[in-house]
Amino acid sequence: MKEQITKIKETSVEEIKKAEDLKTLNEIRVKYLGKKGELTAVLRGMGGLSPEERPIIGSLVNEVRDELEKIIQEKEEKFQVEELNKKLEAEKIDITLPSSKMKRGSLHPVNRIIEDIEDLFVSMGYDVVTGPELENDEYCFERLNLPKGHPARDMQDSFYITDEYLLRTQTSSVQARTMMANTEKTPIRIITTGKTYRREDDATHSHQFNQIEGLVIDKKERNVSLADLKGTLEVFVRKIIGANLDLRFRPSYFPFTEPSYEVDVTCFKCGGKGCNLCKQTGWIEVLGAGIVHPNVLKMNGYNPDEFGGFAFGTGIDRLAMFRYGITDMRYLYANDVRFLSQFDRKDEE
Amino acid sequence: MKLSLNFVKDYIDIDENINVHELAEAMTKAGNEYDSAEKLVNATKLVIGEIKECEMHPDSDHLHLCKVDIGSETLNIVCGAPNARKGIKVIVAQVGAELPGDFKIKSGMIRGKESNGMLCALYEIGIDKKFLSEADKNGIHELPADAPIGEDPIKYMKLDDSVVDFELTANRGDLLSILGMAYELGAIYDKKVKPVEISYKENGEEINKEFSIGIETENCKLFLAKKAKNVTIKESPDFIKNRLIASGIRPINNVVDISNYVMIELGQPLHFYDAENLGDKIVVRMAQEGEKLTTLDNIERTLTSEDIAITDGKKAIGLAGVMGGLDTEVEETTKNIVIEAAIFDSVKVRKTSNKILRSEASNRFEKGLDPARTYMAIDRACTLLEKYADAEIVTGVVKYDVTDNKEKVIEITYQEINDVLGTNISKEDIIDVFRKLDFKTEAKENSVIVTVPTRRIDISIRADLIEEVGRIYGVDNIQGKLPVVPMRMGHLDKTTRKIRAKMSNMGLSETLSYILINDKDVHKFTVDEFEEVKLLDPITEERNTLRYSIIPSLYKIYEYNRARENKDICLFEIGKGFWKRNGEYGENQKICVLMSGEYYTGIGHNKNVDFYDIKGVAEELLDYLGYENRYSFVMPKKMISEFHPGQVAEISVNNDIVGVVGRIHPSIEKESVYVMEINLDKLLEKRVGKMKFKEISKFPVVKKDIAVLVSKDMISKDVEALIKKKAGKLLVDIKVFDVYEGKNIDENMRSIAYSLTFGAQDRTLNDDEINSILDGIIKDLENKGIEIRK
Repeated sequence: MKEQITKIKETSVEEIKKAEDLKTLNEIRVKYLGKKGELTAVLRGMGGLSPEERPIIGSLVNEVRDELEKIIQEKEEKFQVEELNKKLEAEKIDITLPSSKMKRGSLHPVNRIIEDIEDLFVSMGYDVVTGPELENDEYCFERLNLPKGHPARDMQDSFYITDEYLLRTQTSSVQARTMMANTEKTPIRIITTGKTYRREDDATHSHQFNQIEGLVIDKKERNVSLADLKGTLEVFVRKIIGANLDLRFRPSYFPFTEPSYEVDVTCFKCGGKGCNLCKQTGWIEVLGAGIVHPNVLKMNGYNPDEFGGFAFGTGIDRLAMFRYGITDMRYLYANDVRFLSQFDRKDEE
Repeated sequence: MKLSLNFVKDYIDIDENINVHELAEAMTKAGNEYDSAEKLVNATKLVIGEIKECEMHPDSDHLHLCKVDIGSETLNIVCGAPNARKGIKVIVAQVGAELPGDFKIKSGMIRGKESNGMLCALYEIGIDKKFLSEADKNGIHELPADAPIGEDPIKYMKLDDSVVDFELTANRGDLLSILGMAYELGAIYDKKVKPVEISYKENGEEINKEFSIGIETENCKLFLAKKAKNVTIKESPDFIKNRLIASGIRPINNVVDISNYVMIELGQPLHFYDAENLGDKIVVRMAQEGEKLTTLDNIERTLTSEDIAITDGKKAIGLAGVMGGLDTEVEETTKNIVIEAAIFDSVKVRKTSNKILRSEASNRFEKGLDPARTYMAIDRACTLLEKYADAEIVTGVVKYDVTDNKEKVIEITYQEINDVLGTNISKEDIIDVFRKLDFKTEAKENSVIVTVPTRRIDISIRADLIEEVGRIYGVDNIQGKLPVVPMRMGHLDKTTRKIRAKMSNMGLSETLSYILINDKDVHKFTVDEFEEVKLLDPITEERNTLRYSIIPSLYKIYEYNRARENKDICLFEIGKGFWKRNGEYGENQKICVLMSGEYYTGIGHNKNVDFYDIKGVAEELLDYLGYENRYSFVMPKKMISEFHPGQVAEISVNNDIVGVVGRIHPSIEKESVYVMEINLDKLLEKRVGKMKFKEISKFPVVKKDIAVLVSKDMISKDVEALIKKKAGKLLVDIKVFDVYEGKNIDENMRSIAYSLTFGAQDRTLNDDEINSILDGIIKDLENKGIEIRK
């Protein structure tokens, strides 16, 4: 019987060696190890053996069985890997072909700047407020110390709808609205951004443009001063326009502030050396600002002897042009998709 | 205001060699911005020469060959000027000279003849032709016979001046004068201003005996008149002419020039009348509607009751502050003149001058005048007329004065100044600022009483004094800091910002369009009722009305891009729409989307946008904003003619229409272009609760499919509604997973397959339960005549 087992082992090992696919291997497994397999038959035939021989033969059969199982499995695994590799090879694709995707959208550069400005001022404790674009003369002019007959109210400069209503010429109208709504509640710290309109249209002026306006009002004893305004605008300019820029405060005149200042910033283009953009002066006028005029406080419900503060404003379109190197203001409003789609990613922080 | 440095040096001792740019920068820091600062004549290497010989060029009918003595040598110069001739003294630009307009003089041959320089006309060295006499416009300048050969002609002609062109702020009317500028420079450079020279003899009878004025309008607050007799009309002396040219005014004759000279010097416009043509009185009144007047420029004007008229008692002879009349103009033959110095209402003058002509004079009236200066100016004019026009000044002045010509006295504490500026300026330094400004002060322990001179009409409240201290002390000397206020995070409603991010993440590009559109587009893409909001005075008719919907704006942008061969245009914008209803104006925030071309790309995935894509965008937005299960797309009650009638829906949230979505009508746009608009203000009014976790069911769900065959008139939403109603609470989800029409189906029919998901929070549903629900649904559908596909 021993010989029989050895024979089975030899022939079966030889067959396994020769097997070239999973199917043949499986046949071999059935032929020797299956229920009706040759090795199984040996086990079955053990009935005729003496009790002494039985365990010896039994363990021999099991030994051979285990060995066969092992080499069959090894070979099987080898075949499976080969088969998988073949399949994977067949599934190989050209990874350089174009992807499938939805169009990529974009955000308008002017609104991108507005977001940055809002975030900056919110972090400094300012509320962001809004106001109507179709505005009443009272908020756009009257309450900002621009009485009837003032040259800035002339027909030729504003888009009037009626004698009383017009498209707001400045976001300053929101100043008056905020003060009226808060009456002597302080501190007020707001900014507002949005569209404004003036009756002019040329290469450097769009009849529609965007402004940001800031207002701080507090009790006199807390003393919101010109120095505070200066510091605030330094933060604004260096965060939003450029970290290395210098500011120059130039006394000026606006009806709603006194003292009033125009704020120049080192020329973005030449860095202050002088060029055509800055008319050789090295400075670019960027902001208008000042200490809120006592009349404006009075007209909007704040006693100028008890309250004081500052206000500032600037055009956003030009900031966007500078920030992104946009060469012509008209691109901002033409909405050519070749322009728009350039603003489709996260910008440098 | 063009400031002649030579002129202002009459009144202030500034450094003789001061750099004009430095001065302009110093003024800028004090709040007076400038446009340009340069020499009046910007030319080098000029010398006075005499033409010793002058012959015609043999090869030309107009060129002259000149030998010109310039002292050091005699030059051969070819000159084309018709007045070039032997014996005259001329301005010679030597080889190497640089003339305005980057013009360099080189030696060379002109038609075979050597030329080593150029004989110059005044316009060639930078004096604008509009200031020049006819002779100077047409030829080289001829210097007087005694002009010294070899010397600098610019110095000789007293044209060695520098000019700063200031862009002054509206409140500083006082700086529209040389004297005002002198005070300003005096404050900056700490120099005292010299007095104005006034000295003339008065002759004969009192003027009030022969001349009178009547002021019949409150728009004239001050009116002075004097008389000058026997004037000699001639050319002005060089210094007057040159200073007028430097100030941008064309010299005419000595009398006219003096009125302009005094206006520039003192800021008070004057008017001279020919006394013979004027009569014996002046009456100032508002013009009558339709009254006629021929002005100096020989144009007949029709006046309105808003114009201030100067009259001779009967008819208008001038428009106050704007322009005189032709009839009483000073001419070559004029002998006796009446001098007017007055103050007219600034708003009235501005309105009239806007209609007629904005001039140096009207500009000064508009900015406001100092009455003290009016008195000074009429005396100054008399001084100059006596000196340069041999005038005999008649005794006395005719006067009307209702001005309140008092100096303003303002008291302010040092503390307030420092509080507002955020500084720590000493009491002494503050008082010193006022001394430099030539304001009188009375210093007290904690405050200073400042007497503001009448010339500073811009100063009336404490804040104005604070500004002066800031200006003269120097803003650069104020250190910036941040306000000390309670710490807090500001409030910002991020809704629109998040919507914008969402939309751009859905593949749409944000636009920024004009809200002004053409009135014929205002009612497009909507059937809402409203009155359009039109501009009174548009720049162009193309943009004469405020938009109601953003769709016309985005469609214009689409057309603009298509005209440039741009494809796959997917846009969005958040902006305002405007209207008028029941006499009230209104505006609200809208979001608009336009989609066309390819939206998805990739091999085998390319597909043009269709209705369901833009509907998907709308749903994504509504779901994102928290309106899931609260909206539906419904057929519009009224057809909107700009939309494809079969591909349009109104968007209803909580059974309230908030927007519209659809394809643009093929008769308007032949390509497939889809638009969507939602009224954001109206939508966001509908409250959405806080985002909250919902327990996930621990029990499995069961999916069942149902396919129905419906007439094409039937919409899926109605079938869904029937299913939902019958299924009740156990139906967790219902989705359309297939739509089929075509082969094997009646051509009026459509097959729709739904996938239903059933589940419960508290148990596993059993088959019987679900089958009975399903049977109920099928029965219900069949009762409604809907065929179930097995």
